[in-house]
Amino acid sequence: MYTVNLAIIIPFLAAMIVPIIYKRIKGIHVGWFVFLVSTALFLYLVSYIPNIASGETYLYTFEWIPSYNINFITYLDGLSLIFALLITGIGSLVTIYSIYYLSSEENLSHFYTYLLLFMGAMLGVVFSDNIMVLYVFWELTSISSFLLIAFWYHRKSSRDGAQKSLLITISGGFGMLVGFIMLYVMTGTMSIREMITTISGFHDHPLFIPAMLLILLGAFTKSAQYPFHIWLPTAMEAPTPVSAYLHSATMVKAGIYLVARFTPVFGGELTWFWVVTIVGIITLFWGSFNAIRQTDLKALLAYSTISQLGMIMSMIGISSVALRHGHSMNMVIYTQAAFAAIFHLINHSTFKGALFMVVGIVDHELGTRDIRRLGGLATLMPITFTISIIGSFSMAGLPPFNGFLSKEMFFTSILSVRELHFTSEVWMGLIPVVAWAASILTFVYCMIFVFKTFLGKYQEEKLEHPAHEAPFGMLFSPIVLGLFVILIFFFPNVLGNYVIKPAMYSIFPQLGAEDLGQHVSAWHGFNLELKMTIGVIVFGAFLFIFLRHWKGLYNWILPEKLSFNALYGNSLELIEKVSKIITNSYMTGHLRDYMVYIYIFFIIAVGGTLLNTKAFLFDIEQYSTVTEFEWLITIAMIIAAISMLLVKSRLTAILLNSVLGYGVSIFFVIFRAPDLALTQTVIETVTTVLFLAAYYFLPEWKKEDSKKRSKIVNGIVSVAVGVIFTTIALAVQNGKLFESISSFYENAYELAGATNIVNAILGDFRAFDTMLEVVVLLIAGLGVYTFIKLKARKGDNPLEDK
Amino acid sequence: METLTTILTGVLVSVATYLILSRSVLRVILGTAVLSHAAHLLIMSMGRGLKSGEVPILTDEALSYVDPLPQALILTSIVISFAVTAILLVLAYRTYRETGTDNLFEWRGIKDE
Repeated sequence: MYTVNLAIIIPFLAAMIVPIIYKRIKGIHVGWFVFLVSTALFLYLVSYIPNIASGETYLYTFEWIPSYNINFITYLDGLSLIFALLITGIGSLVTIYSIYYLSSEENLSHFYTYLLLFMGAMLGVVFSDNIMVLYVFWELTSISSFLLIAFWYHRKSSRDGAQKSLLITISGGFGMLVGFIMLYVMTGTMSIREMITTISGFHDHPLFIPAMLLILLGAFTKSAQYPFHIWLPTAMEAPTPVSAYLHSATMVKAGIYLVARFTPVFGGELTWFWVVTIVGIITLFWGSFNAIRQTDLKALLAYSTISQLGMIMSMIGISSVALRHGHSMNMVIYTQAAFAAIFHLINHSTFKGALFMVVGIVDHELGTRDIRRLGGLATLMPITFTISIIGSFSMAGLPPFNGFLSKEMFFTSILSVRELHFTSEVWMGLIPVVAWAASILTFVYCMIFVFKTFLGKYQEEKLEHPAHEAPFGMLFSPIVLGLFVILIFFFPNVLGNYVIKPAMYSIFPQLGAEDLGQHVSAWHGFNLELKMTIGVIVFGAFLFIFLRHWKGLYNWILPEKLSFNALYGNSLELIEKVSKIITNSYMTGHLRDYMVYIYIFFIIAVGGTLLNTKAFLFDIEQYSTVTEFEWLITIAMIIAAISMLLVKSRLTAILLNSVLGYGVSIFFVIFRAPDLALTQTVIETVTTVLFLAAYYFLPEWKKEDSKKRSKIVNGIVSVAVGVIFTTIALAVQNGKLFESISSFYENAYELAGATNIVNAILGDFRAFDTMLEVVVLLIAGLGVYTFIKLKARKGDNPLEDK
Repeated sequence: METLTTILTGVLVSVATYLILSRSVLRVILGTAVLSHAAHLLIMSMGRGLKSGEVPILTDEALSYVDPLPQALILTSIVISFAVTAILLVLAYRTYRETGTDNLFEWRGIKDE
């Protein structure tokens, strides 16, 4: 039962155990436990491959909040299986690598807890069928990424990078949430599978395009598409295993997963095709263009990742036209773009993972990853050199590496765009040209990566440690990935038939299974694609050789202050400034102002409700009569109250307050409340004494030196509060909805054996209340005693330190 | 009578509000004291009807009693408001000793040692 649900939960459970293991078991590195978890999950998922390949899917439902349609539904199909295999497989390799990469003095329990948190969240993203659950896991990946980027939180650049990635991905995710809610409003379901079957009726719905664009916003921010790509290079402040895992192989591909997953929902729409394809192509070009100028190897790889993600994105965009209505079966050819996209996605994870690990090794062993300080490492680090050749040449699209195959397929799909006559020939023809130019730039930065690092002059004086080969533990994972790079080149169809083809069913459920899938071959004649590749090599080599002659162009074209990075930084500063100004404008630190806010709120909310409901109904007749004596006391109290505001002396004000108090106690006598009258008289006397004592210690009143305007405001506020208060009280007296419960207490003699009803209520019916009241008095007494007795004058040590 | 009491209560509330909005700490405390007077009178007039019966002490002669429930509540309230006033006064005294002023506006921004 719930086996796939369990696969999501296991990493979270393991994340909880990691700190305990770290603390208790000292002999074995805690990373091995994490390795065990991810490998077990990987093997478990591998066991699904044969069934998935034969077209089966698995659906597990765990009812979570059924009344809101939110259920923990996992859906295991071809598409989610690929991602899950990458998550757990690369996860295992990265864990091994990290065991040797991170010093044992680092806070390993934090590191591995975050890593497992990420793994669980990411599995949740790819397995969830319910969009709300998907959203939760989606944001959880952002949070775990934040924690991992900020792993070395004592460095400011790490914190800034973490903040930037969080702000960008979370705001995109928030947009995605709104898009999901729109989808739910349209289709009435939260299940992606059900949406796919019903969406065709909603293409004209006014929310259809907004929902699409918002979901794409989420995908683009997560997958670092232009112009949201700026967070990825700064995220490279994370430890290298994290960069290899989250920021190249898995998390940044969540956006691609989302676009692929929603292709059946939105795919037939032309807007979808344009947005996804164009954003992808721009990202492809911009990423590769910027990668060349980087001097930090990790930054170079970050931009290269951006570029490759754009390439995959654009292919998925192109493939969506296969779902367009009114087109015949020959449109099926465009599904091959999606095939190429997933193929390249897997290839990218292998070669980019290996390359990141190579950079990590260089950084770890030599103490720097700055290209200007590196060079000539080929003979000193032969294995690392070999791996980096495999990785970079695959990335550049050269045989015999897997990148060559997917790059050729990319050219095929990008060339097929020319046959779509959506807009003028020139524009359609421009897409392949841009893509080809980007491929040339890709070739250039791949060469920079290999040749500037491993060939040329060895400059030991610029390194922190002399160069030597890394230990086997660190080399193991990149070697495995490098082997995959070569194996996939030679046996691409094993992967194609068993893993990629089932994923195609998920992207194009509307099309028949027999039309999907593709035979991959390295040699398909001397066609245009091959010519393009040759062109890439020739021009790329040319540009690389004359790199230093044209590199100066960058500063001229792209000054730092005009970049999106600068825009991000400036707007962040501006937001901080503006919010500080706004906050300071009303958080004045004056009690009076805060009280005014509270009173104004009272006036608006309560007075407004009163006006709205028109609840003023006064009937004065039904009440008891007023004697002359009562008139007299009332008028005396009103005069006393108003004079309190006018008197100059404190003493008079205090005495006027006592007049009010004694007036109240006279009223208690009139209202047949002897206990109250007695208590009030006693308390009022004591209060007056207290006030007089305070009068003795406090300074003489100064004239209220507030501005005239604020005095007027105070006056208006006070009168308004009084009026509203009176109106409500009068209205309440009139509209008594229920019988008074007091008659119950009149049985005091039978119930409590008392004749004084008030005393029975206090001492018997509500005895707990009275007891707690005594406690309040006690606390107040202690407070008074403490304030008076304990003297911490200036110059004395604070009491807490004694 | 109820209406008259309620209007008196309203006047007291207005005065209390104005006092609470002032700068001198003693005025603010006086404001809270006046506010509790107003509250007590209000609770009283919210009962079954003022003067509409005998003192709520059970006797054989009485036909009806005034509402005992507000009285019980007010009795609690009187004591609590006394405690609050006492605390506030001592707090004001202590703050004055430490800062040398009773003006709320000048208390702002004073660093605690």
